[in-house]
This record gives sequence, C-alpha cells and structure tokens, in this order.
Amino acid sequence: MEAMAPQIPAWPVPPLLEVRGMRTAFGDIAVVDGVSLSVAPGRILGLVGESGSGKSITAFSILGLVEPPGRVTDGEVLYKGRDLTRLSDHEMRKLRGNRIAMIFQDPMMTLNPVLRVGTQIVETILAHEKVPQRIAIDRAVEALSMVGIPAAKERMRDYPHQFSGGMRQRVAIAIAILHRPELIIADEPTTALDVTIQAQILAEVQRLARETGTALIWITHDLSVVAGLADDIAVMYCGKIVEQGSTDDVLDSPAHPYTKGLIESVPTRNRRGARLHQIPGSTPNPAQRPSGCQFRLRCPNVLPICEQTPPQITIGPGHWARCFNPVASAINKALAP
Amino acid sequence: MASWLIRRVFQALLVVFVMTLLVFVAVNLIGNPVDIMISPNATQAQRLETIRALGFDLPLWRQYLAFVDNLFHGDIGDSFVFGQPGLHLIAQRLPATLELAVSALLLSVLIGIPLGLLAGLYPNRALSQMILGGSILGFSLPTFWVGLMMILVFSVELGWLPAIGRGQTATVLGTEWAFLTWDGLQHLILPALNLALYQISMVLRLTSAGVRETLHKDFIKFARAKGLTWRRIVWVHVLKNILIPVVTVIGLSFGGTIAFAVVTETVFSYPGMGKLLIDSINLLDRPVIVAYLMIVVLIFVTVNLVVDLTYVLLDPRVRLGDRE
Amino acid sequence: MTAETTSSAAPSDALVAVPPPLNLVRKFSADFARSRVAVAALAVFILLILAAIFAPWITPQDPYDLMQLDIMDGRLAPGSTGYGGKLFVLGTDDQGRDLLSGIIYGLRTSLLVGIGSALIAALIGTTLGLAAGYAEGRVESLVMRLVDLQLSIPTILTALMILAVMGKGVANVVLALVIVDWAIYARTTRATALAEREQEYIEAARSLALPWWRIMFRHLLPNCLPPLIVIAMIQIANAIALEATLSFLGLGVPITEPSLGLLIANGYKYILSGTYWISTFPGLVLLVLIISINLVGDHVRDILNPRNQ
Repeated sequence: MEAMAPQIPAWPVPPLLEVRGMRTAFGDIAVVDGVSLSVAPGRILGLVGESGSGKSITAFSILGLVEPPGRVTDGEVLYKGRDLTRLSDHEMRKLRGNRIAMIFQDPMMTLNPVLRVGTQIVETILAHEKVPQRIAIDRAVEALSMVGIPAAKERMRDYPHQFSGGMRQRVAIAIAILHRPELIIADEPTTALDVTIQAQILAEVQRLARETGTALIWITHDLSVVAGLADDIAVMYCGKIVEQGSTDDVLDSPAHPYTKGLIESVPTRNRRGARLHQIPGSTPNPAQRPSGCQFRLRCPNVLPICEQTPPQITIGPGHWARCFNPVASAINKALAP
Repeated sequence: MASWLIRRVFQALLVVFVMTLLVFVAVNLIGNPVDIMISPNATQAQRLETIRALGFDLPLWRQYLAFVDNLFHGDIGDSFVFGQPGLHLIAQRLPATLELAVSALLLSVLIGIPLGLLAGLYPNRALSQMILGGSILGFSLPTFWVGLMMILVFSVELGWLPAIGRGQTATVLGTEWAFLTWDGLQHLILPALNLALYQISMVLRLTSAGVRETLHKDFIKFARAKGLTWRRIVWVHVLKNILIPVVTVIGLSFGGTIAFAVVTETVFSYPGMGKLLIDSINLLDRPVIVAYLMIVVLIFVTVNLVVDLTYVLLDPRVRLGDRE
Repeated sequence: MTAETTSSAAPSDALVAVPPPLNLVRKFSADFARSRVAVAALAVFILLILAAIFAPWITPQDPYDLMQLDIMDGRLAPGSTGYGGKLFVLGTDDQGRDLLSGIIYGLRTSLLVGIGSALIAALIGTTLGLAAGYAEGRVESLVMRLVDLQLSIPTILTALMILAVMGKGVANVVLALVIVDWAIYARTTRATALAEREQEYIEAARSLALPWWRIMFRHLLPNCLPPLIVIAMIQIANAIALEATLSFLGLGVPITEPSLGLLIANGYKYILSGTYWISTFPGLVLLVLIISINLVGDHVRDILNPRNQ
C-alpha cells in the first residue's frame, strides 16, 4: 500500500472510526457509559482522561478485547461503516493487528518473556498473510530497523528482557505497523518510560503516522503530551466523553469545565511560586458516580439542571461538549466572527 | 554459571555424604543384626567368631571408614538372607522399578497436562469442575488402597489385566525389560497407573492453575490484539509459560516416585527394588537395605541436579541474566 | 477493597498478646459457611470423630474380645447372619470379627495416631521455626539446613528407614510421623516470623526487655497462626494416610490395635478370591476421612489466603 500523501483532511470527512453510545459494563457497573467519539482517516486523536475514567476499557472495547465478566452491552462501533460489535470473533481477528492495531501501556508485560522477539513479530505477519517463513523474517527485520532498533537482524533472536523499556515499546510499535493498519490505538504507550525516551517515542510515532497516513488514537492522562501530538482531542470523564474538538479549539477555548480545570492544572502553565491549581474533590470510582452530569459535584459552573443528563452541545465546527453550562469564553469565541 | 554448577555438585556430594553417615549410624548402631545371623543355640565362641568375621568388634569409626571404603568399591556386603552382594540384588531389581517410575512419569505428563489445560482454559464448565474435583481425590486417596481396588475391579471382576508380577521380559543390553513385550506391558499398566495417580493430580492442578494465571497476563491480551488464532495463543504462548515450572516439578518428584514405588510394588507383587526393601526390612537384612538407600540417594541427587540444570537452560530469563 | 491481613490485626498497644477478637472468629465462621461442600465435609469429619470416641458404646461387637469371636463366622459376606444369629452388616474378617466394629475401633487408632503425631510435630516444628525466625544467626542456619534436608527426602523413605531401625509399634510409628512432619511447620513459622519480627510491636516488646520466650510465644506466635492452621489440617490428613500405608506394609501398628490401614492389609490376601469386603470397607472409611479433612483444609486455606482478603 502506497504511503498516502501527508494531507490532513479538514472536517467534515466520513470518519474512519465512529463510536456511538458505547457502554461496557462489569456486572451492573458501567465503566464506559455511553462513549461517543470519532476519528478521521489519517488524523491523530488524543483521548485524555484520569485513571479510572475508562480510557483503556474504551480501547479494549473497540477491539472486542474486554475480558469477562466485562461486556460491551450497548452502542455501536462503526469502522468504515461496519459495526464491530456485531462481528464474530473470527472476523474481528482478521481486523486486529491487521487493519486496526493496538499498542499497550507497559512494555514489560506486553511481550511474552519466554519467546524470542523475532518469533513474536513473525507470528504476527503470518497470522494475516500467507508468506514463506523467510520473507516474514525479512519483513520483521525491516520493521525493527524502521523503528530505530540497531542491529535488527541479531536482535531478532533476543528475548524481551534483553531490551530496555524504550526498545521494547519500539518493538511493540514495530508489531503494530507491520500490516500498515489504518488505525492504531495506543494506550498510554509512554507512561511507563523515562521522560527522555517518551519524547523520542512520541516523535517516532508521529513521524510514522504522518508518513503512512495512519489514523491514531493516543490515550493518555497527560494533556501536555497530546498538545504537541494530536490533531483532535477527546476528553473523558467518568466513562463518558465530555468534550471533543480539534486540539486548537479544545486547548485554547475549552468548553467543558472539566477540560478547563485540566488545562489549568498542568504545572507548566503556572507562574512559579503561585499555588498549583487543582480541581476540587476527587474522581469517583465507577461504582459511585453521581447521577446526571457526573462532574456536577466538582464543577464551578454547576446549575440545578445539571442533575439531569446533559446533552451534547455543539460549540463550533467539529467541537462539542456535554454540558448544560459550558465555559462562557468558549461560546463567545465560537460566536465571534 | 560455572561457579554455580560447582556449588551445586558440591551440595549434592554433601547430601550423599550425610546420607552415608546417617545410614551407617542408624543401621549399625541401633538394633542387633547379629542375632538373626546366629541361631539361639550357638555357643559363645561361635557368636564371637561371627562378630569378628562380620567386623562388628572394630571401633565404630573404623567400621564407618571400612563402610565408606567398601562403598567406593561397590561392596556393601552380602545379603544375610540370600548370600549374594546386596548391591547386586538391588541392581538386578532396578530395571523393574525404573520401568514403573518412568511409566508413571509419562502417564502423569500425558494425562495430567492435557486435562490441566482443559480445566484451566474453561474453568466454568462442568467437566472442568469434575476434573479438578477428581484431582483432589487423586492426591487424597491412599495409593495402596486404590491399587487394591484396581486389582479388584480390573483383574478379579473384569479380568482385563493381570494383577501380580511383571510378566514376560525381553533382554536388551544385558538387562531384562518388561515394556518390550506385550505381556510385560499388560503387567505394567495397573501398577504404573496406580503409582502415577498422585503425580497426575499434582500435574493437573499445577497446569490448570498456571494456565488460569497466564491467561490474564497482558501479553496474552496483546497476542489477541495482534490477531493471532486462539490455537496459537494457547499452544505456544500459554503452554511455553507454564511448561517450565511444571517440568521442573515433575522432574523433582521423580525421586519421590521411585521411593513410593515401594508401596505399589508391594500391592501388585511387582518384583522391583521396593518390594525387596520391604522384605529386607522385615528380615533385618541390613546390606540390602543399605544398598537400596545408596542407590536411591544417588538417583535422587542426580535427578535433582539434572532438573536444576534443565531449569536454568529452559528459562531464558535465568540463563541470559535479567537486564532490568 | 481494603487489604486486610490477619497479621496486621496486631495491636499497637503491644504489651499484651490479644486473643483474636470475637468478631474475627465470627467473620471466619461466616466465611467458612459459604462453602456448602466444606461445611458438609466438616460435619462428616466430626461425625467420624464422635464415632471413634463413642466406639465402645455404639459398636455391635467388641472386636478385641476374643470370647465374642467365633471362627466359624469367618469371612461372611456383608449382610449375612452368623452362627449366633448376629447380623453382620459389613461382613466379617477371617477371624469372624464384625467388620463394622473393627472399622470403628480402627478409626480410633487411625485418628489417634494421625492427629496425635500431627500435633506433636506441630509443636516441635513451630517452636523450632519460631526460634529460627526470631533468633537469627547460627541457630537459624542450623534449623533451616535440617528443614531443607528433611523436606528433600521423600516422606515414605524417611518413615521406612526409621521403622526399619527402630522396629514396629505405635510409639515408633508416631516417632516416624513426627520426624517426617515437623519440617513443614518449621519452615512456615520461620517465614512468618521473619516477616513479623520487623514489625513495630515486636520492637516495642523487645525494648521493654521482655524475655525472648515471652516475645516468641505470646507475641509472635498468635500472628503466625493462620497459615499454621491450614498446614496442620493437611498434615493430619497426610499423617493418617501415611500411617495407613505403613501399617499396610506391615511396618506400622501392631495387630492388637489395628488401624484402618492394618485392616485393609488383613484383607489383602483374600482379594484375589473375591472376598472384597475386608479390604474395601475400611478403605472407604479411610477415604472419606482423608477427603473430608482435605476439603475443610482447602476451604480454610482459601479463606485465610491474604490475597483474598
């Protein structure tokens, strides 16, 4: 497949992936409670949220990898028009690692410690393509070099524990791009790494995505990470997406009070010596989420009507928030000519 | 790695040494074997003569040194009962016991691992519950009684398999092996199964627990995210992870299996070293007891060493050193 | 879910070893009752113990009273009536003894020897383990070397050797069982002691210059109990099984006080001729005994497992 020219399409373009009202529950508790988001082809979406917001479960739910007793109980996951929640496991298997790939958070745990790295790459190739072993091995070596691992051919025979954390994550990335997927879901891939390595991996992934025109969902709790990387941002709180829009829109004029709070809490935005801004209260765990708007107990903009479920309000083109009383400045900006 | 090996071998030798000491102390100091050698009507002079001939009048430490010296030359003394060298007697019976123990080991792998896989992959199915419940039975049941029941059911009632003895053997390399003849195999089945019962249960539970634990690991999820078939995930990713601990456990319990063969051989009158041991204990035939102990300790120590070595070779993390 | 291990129930006021508070016991009982299988197993076990205790009152015949035996009654099938008109529910052995009575008395011996040796082993092993864990240094090394040695030798081998040397008889069987058993208690206790001795309440006790034996037994021990209880149960089952095996091999208890194992051995020679009951029924009772203890022990282990709390 030829690399697509690095064209970032503007809205609106039929989304590559569209999630509508997805609900994933463990027993009675809905960890993901009506998530709706969309990813355009070739664009990078940053999915931001604290731990416990349900980001990872969202990722697993999209790929149908939620482990029982968890189940996707509601909603649709439309990938190029096909609803993934309706597909059989056999059909999902053909997509996984092939058209949609995933990178996990902790590189120590994602690779099987008793199998050689080469084996784990080659098996991914052979899972989706009938090629002779030799060809698969060559392609594996090529993939390793592409992600910047030196002496790739020799490294194929090594075991995961012989790689450093950053290198292991590169291997995971190599595996993800093997079949030139149209979408890669990266679940906090740099959280477990050193800061310097983080920057490297970030740059690497961005480069690869742009070069191959792959769409990317980058899940993180760190707003500053997506600020430089993503084209669009979706903010997640308590199992729901509370705001989505282009990065510029969301960061410059956040509409949802939670987003605003997040932005203001980023330490680098503070003047030195001033108190760090914090959102009051703490994130409730899935079993204890308030009714209506889940953020209302911590929200500076709260109104009595927030006890109802807030609707999706369009703030501007491609920018919406789930709020009864969005931040004033955002609306003003959107309304301004 | 080399220093570790040397240390292990040294450890093994230490165990053997301690064993010789213990054996010598126990067998030579306690109990009076002279009495069975001499009829009660013997005169005092005849008694003294026998004591002198068998070396019982020497100081203890001398006896011990003589004992060790003889050990090195493979001479443990002649059986009081049979008149032949104890070591020969035991060595003659060794193949039979080995056949039993190895068969039991094979059975535990061939039955225990697949059943354990099944129970681990589908823990909620009724079949799995039954398998796991059965495994509790497997190591709770007293082996000798189960053997009796097996004889009752399969030999006496159904008449499918023979109950006693080893059957026909074929001679290869100067030793007689029963598994090479059909008749010998038939005689081997029941005792081997009986001996294997405990092991099968242990292997089953170990495998099942290992599978269940491994299935939750992140790398399995990652393997699914790569689009691998379930078959590949189970047979390559899961199996390789659990095989290492399971294999080491099986190896380490081989010595115990050989020791426990004593019971099975008694129940089925299988002519191995174990049965000889029991008979010798009852007859106070010291040299044979000592010969048995020495051989078993040797087997034990060797197997343990081999297993340790195999573990180091099998687990890449241990072999190549952990970088993290 | 809060992580709450029983060992952290140690009081901050460390001067007195506090017995487990009533609600801990209640919680334990409630947890235990959740498994119907375990409760049933416990009931069976208690039933068997009661039967053994009340043996003289509930057995139709005293199997040791030679006057009551009639050799003409020998080897009767279950359910048959003897010469004196007595009904033998489970049949008779070769001496004409009522098998049911023999089994219940045999149960006595099995339980006595099994539980007795397990408790003695627990006592010795726990003390040594505590000493090793608390005293450190050479005491610890010595004890642990012994433990390692003991645990690396197959139990049956150790038992056989001891009996070969010392001869048969109840006392020697108990000795053999104790020697086989003690090491596992020592190892477990020492491991727990190792963890506990760093805790503050031990430091507090030490700083008060309490005598070492007081610290060991009144402060350290109660917190080491949970794993010990589980192991003790399993070891009781093992001891009973081992004694049965030894008796079957002819190296165990004497014929005058047969255990279930010996009863089974008595029937061994008749198996091939179809007289199955002499070996089968004692074996079934032995089976039920061992399994019930194992089931209870299994469940107790699940409850006390710190990972589940």
